Amino acid sequence: MVSIMADDDGVKLTKAQKSARRSRSLATALALVAFVVIMYVVTIVKLGPDVFIRPL
Amino acid sequence: MDDAGFHVSEASAGDYLALLKPRVMSLVVFTALVGLVTAQAAINPLIAIFSILVIAVGAGASGALNMWYDADIDAVMTRTVTRPVPAGRVLAGEALVFGIFLSAFSVMALGLIANWLAAGLLAFTIFFYAVIYTMWLKRWTPQNIVIGGAAGAFPPMIGWAAATGQISIESVIQFFIIFLWTPPHFWALALFKSDDYGRAGVPMMPNVAGEASTKRQMFVYAVLTAIVGVLPSVLGQASIVFGVLAAGLGAGFVWYAWKVLRMPESDRKMGPAKALFGYSLVYLFVIFAGLLVDSVLAQFGVPLW
Repeated sequence: MVSIMADDDGVKLTKAQKSARRSRSLATALALVAFVVIMYVVTIVKLGPDVFIRPL
Repeated sequence: MDDAGFHVSEASAGDYLALLKPRVMSLVVFTALVGLVTAQAAINPLIAIFSILVIAVGAGASGALNMWYDADIDAVMTRTVTRPVPAGRVLAGEALVFGIFLSAFSVMALGLIANWLAAGLLAFTIFFYAVIYTMWLKRWTPQNIVIGGAAGAFPPMIGWAAATGQISIESVIQFFIIFLWTPPHFWALALFKSDDYGRAGVPMMPNVAGEASTKRQMFVYAVLTAIVGVLPSVLGQASIVFGVLAAGLGAGFVWYAWKVLRMPESDRKMGPAKALFGYSLVYLFVIFAGLLVDSVLAQFGVPLW
């Protein structure tokens, strides 16, 4: 018994599992980007144009 | 499960999207939009669009919670057996976490984007659908979809509240149009799918009270729906033209419900019940589209009496 694990140990994902994971990752990324954009736009809208008029 | 005893998901993004019940969501988006626009409030269009978006996400979240809890029922009904959880593509626990996360997220987001009255109504709607309807009423009483119908009726009130920060008689009428429309709509489905519901042990009205009683109740609710449908014009909130449209649509709804009432129990094809189900979808869409157009024309000063 060697102490170093063989390279092919661990979980092997099937093709279907990999493509499903990729699809979920992409959807999660899109949702996060959409959330960031929405919250940024809402913040600007709520603050109004006055946000740019402030003492520096 | 593989040998190591853990689960590797093969669920695609589409399966998670299916958990949100996109077809129900489209109705929620539409009725919430009507509530928001007919409020005729000065609301930033971006705030309006994002409000509708998170209301849709909240509605989807309650759909995911419903599919988590109802996986056992869904697995024995032909209409629902291909849903992601009974089909085994998404684990029940995954649907639960997805639903809870999106519920919390959508309520917080609506509070920040619009106001906390709208967010509170959205939270109550999700709670009402997932807990009161799904966990409690659905398996317990034939009045399940009557009371549970409130969950589907809230979206125009949420849209109205998002625009104005208030609850008003106009948005309550929109609530009641959907609320009273729900029993004839669902019981028409339950009539020609009663075997499904019977096998799943869901106490739908035709299985519990019998078909004759169900048909009578459907007719009464159809009449009430038709009456409430013309109220916006009677109370001066909408034009006479809308009132005429609503009266015609309501008469059609009552007519189709009458045909179901006259349908002999020997008729197993249930043509009239299927026709009523189809018409009910048209009715709800056209009456809310009518409210929307009427309100937009009024805002542009187009006289419709």
